[in-house]
Amino acid sequence: MIISIASGKGGTGKTLFSTSLALSIGACRFLDCDVEEPNAGIFLKPEAGSRESVSVLVPSVDAEKCGLCGKCAKVCEFNAIAVTPDKVLIFPELCHSCGACAVLCPKGAIAEKEKEIGVIESGRAGAIDCHSGRLNVGVATAVPLIRALKKKIGVKDGLPTIIDCPPGTSCPVIEAVKGSDYSILVTEPTPFGLSDLKLAAGVLRKLKIPFGVVVNRSGSGFPGTAEYLKGEGIEVLMEIEESRQIAEAYSRGVPLVRAMPEYAGKLRGLFGRISG
Amino acid sequence: MKICVTSSGDKLDSDLDARFGRCAYFIIIDAESMKFKALKNPNLATGGAGIQSAQLVASEKVKAVVTGNAGPNAFTVLNSFGIKVFSSPGGKISDVVRDFKEGKLKELKNSNVSSHFGLG
Repeated sequence: MIISIASGKGGTGKTLFSTSLALSIGACRFLDCDVEEPNAGIFLKPEAGSRESVSVLVPSVDAEKCGLCGKCAKVCEFNAIAVTPDKVLIFPELCHSCGACAVLCPKGAIAEKEKEIGVIESGRAGAIDCHSGRLNVGVATAVPLIRALKKKIGVKDGLPTIIDCPPGTSCPVIEAVKGSDYSILVTEPTPFGLSDLKLAAGVLRKLKIPFGVVVNRSGSGFPGTAEYLKGEGIEVLMEIEESRQIAEAYSRGVPLVRAMPEYAGKLRGLFGRISG
Repeated sequence: MKICVTSSGDKLDSDLDARFGRCAYFIIIDAESMKFKALKNPNLATGGAGIQSAQLVASEKVKAVVTGNAGPNAFTVLNSFGIKVFSSPGGKISDVVRDFKEGKLKELKNSNVSSHFGLG
């Protein structure tokens, strides 16, 4: 059972919800796929474990062999190569590692070299098998790191997997939710939250992933979110009240279920409904 | 001298477009005769717009680019082609070209904005 927690809008409570869901169900695997700002570890506090480097291939040009023909720049879908009168310029931050330039170079002047884009940190937090991706500063492409992180699901131990996704609805989110049995969208009842919830719901429908919604900070008085969910027939799995106590605990790195243990039963019930 | 001015429109009374990679038009103009052509920028929706736009204007064999801001990738490519980059505070294309001829514009020795400055 793979459950991904996404949102559309950032800051709605994905990590608040996903870490407490993991702590409530006990034995599970947790993947922090929000690799640009992984912070689930602050709440789950895994023991220091292993650390592995994740690399992608980027082209490197042998100037001796290069004939400056320009084929590599022409074939590059991502504009990562420019050929000037006396050299080839490579912009690794734009490269998507497709390898077309190396295959098509008539002089065999392009070799692909590994470039580290980030690390995966793994460790246990009690019964939770935690894995967190951390993208290196300045790296723009999160997808290969998320793909490497999701290989951790492949271990056949029957553990349910909780995936904390990045915000938004672009490629990193698609990569993070892909293959989920169920997705939970965490939203906040504000016009901005609703706007992004609609986009995120559209993504999940397109990917044919069943989903429900958790309304965080409920009771704002904005009626649009409830109206939308009702109109679309989207299930509200749970509401988390707007509470200073939750916010204060969160700011100190204390998970929701530790600050308010009454949520643990609700979260276990929610997990049972989804997985049952 | 043949130069390129980034423009919001395709005429000499159009305003300068301060963005380089994602400007609306490239005005390729002979600064002496004022004969020009306007190229619609095909790189508005692509990643690496600065790099593509720099290669496009280089293929027009211009000696200088006049714009508002140039990011690091665009600047690197233009520099490799030996194309100088000048920064203008703005105005109509014809006035910007006059400023260029009168030596009133500042030549950029480095990119003056970071990546993605002209996006959004």
